[in-house]
Amino acid sequence: MAGQSDPHLSIFSPSEVEFVAEDEIVDIVPNIRMDALNMICGDFGPFFPQIPTKVPLWLAVALKKRGKCTIRTPDWMTLDRLTQVLEAERESPREFQPLPFHYIEISKLLFDHARDDISDAYLVRSLIEDIRDVRFHKVETGLETISGRTHAVKLKNLSAMEVNIVRPFMVRTLQAFYKHDSPQMIQQADNAGSRSTPVDRGPRVSLHF
Amino acid sequence: MSSWDDDETAASAAEAATTDVELLKRAWRNEKAAPEVLRFDSPLVSRVREQIQLLEETLDDFADSGVDDLVVSLYQMDLDRTLFLLRSYLRLRLQKIEKYTMHISRSDDLLSRLSPQERRFAKSCAEIMEKHLEQSVLSKLPYGYDSVTRQSLSSTEDDMVPEPQLDTFVFCKTKSDVGAFQLDDIGEEVVDLVADDLYVLRYKSIKGLVEGGRIDLI
Repeated sequence: MAGQSDPHLSIFSPSEVEFVAEDEIVDIVPNIRMDALNMICGDFGPFFPQIPTKVPLWLAVALKKRGKCTIRTPDWMTLDRLTQVLEAERESPREFQPLPFHYIEISKLLFDHARDDISDAYLVRSLIEDIRDVRFHKVETGLETISGRTHAVKLKNLSAMEVNIVRPFMVRTLQAFYKHDSPQMIQQADNAGSRSTPVDRGPRVSLHF
Repeated sequence: MSSWDDDETAASAAEAATTDVELLKRAWRNEKAAPEVLRFDSPLVSRVREQIQLLEETLDDFADSGVDDLVVSLYQMDLDRTLFLLRSYLRLRLQKIEKYTMHISRSDDLLSRLSPQERRFAKSCAEIMEKHLEQSVLSKLPYGYDSVTRQSLSSTEDDMVPEPQLDTFVFCKTKSDVGAFQLDDIGEEVVDLVADDLYVLRYKSIKGLVEGGRIDLI
């Protein structure tokens, strides 16, 4: 998609989206003893071997990399849950299923650094890829319905990475339609006598998908 | 909202009032997505700078007292992440100020959104820009076409001053229900804004909600 690799148009680079996602809280099971961490971003711990505790994803990955913990698979990332989500995505062409806002980034980080902690990692990964594809296809289909009448778009349950990827195209499309469908433009076209078809300036409907 | 006083467990800390890092992250995202420069959150930035300084001092102490490497590196990561957010926030603003320097310098409202240092930056940026344009180009143009701000004497307004495009579309989410919200001047476009739903709207229409902190740009 045009502008996808240009962070300026997408606003956030993929690393920046991941950066934001890294603050999401996950459960870890440490295998060491460590005092509580009083950080600027929050307080975590104290850590005891085999006692599950909640930490931000960046911290979990740091500990995991050093072999100091295992990361518990989030509830939404189980084979059963994801199979349900995929089915639901396929069955509802105009809705997105509720998923964590950062599901793509979280799953990627977990696959990269904690694959051994995820049960059925290979299947889970391919499920997530399928879900991404179905959802993205819905976004593309929805984009086709944008017209000059569109003054607002509702994208319930779209995730962070999906928003960032589609942003440049959607903004440019909406902007172009807004500009070209403005009352002044239509008036000029009428005055110039180029077309005789009257434009229906009925109430603008907001687009939902 | 300092987390330094907080003895509670991580779980209740997560439930409690938003941390400064969360607030800074929100300010950073809003600044990234908004076409114009937003109000500088002076208290937040001061608090964050204090916490950064405190952590830097703590890390120095750790180096002397031989604290475990792992703990040091984790605190260092926390520090780096916070520094990144702060620096990026400040840089974003500087970029916008530089881009729209003349436009900002002419508006008291816009100037009031900047920190004192940013105001100094904006002023000197505008001066340097004007001087450069005059010396390199404008002084060589015929009379009537040599204004920095107008194309020619026949321009009715300052048409050579770049302005941010306020009617660009932005992605946003509200934290609480806003209800029926009017997007345009004539009342033809009304949207029902529900908490946690994602919308793509014209920035100009929701400017007020962003300033009031009721809607977040993502």
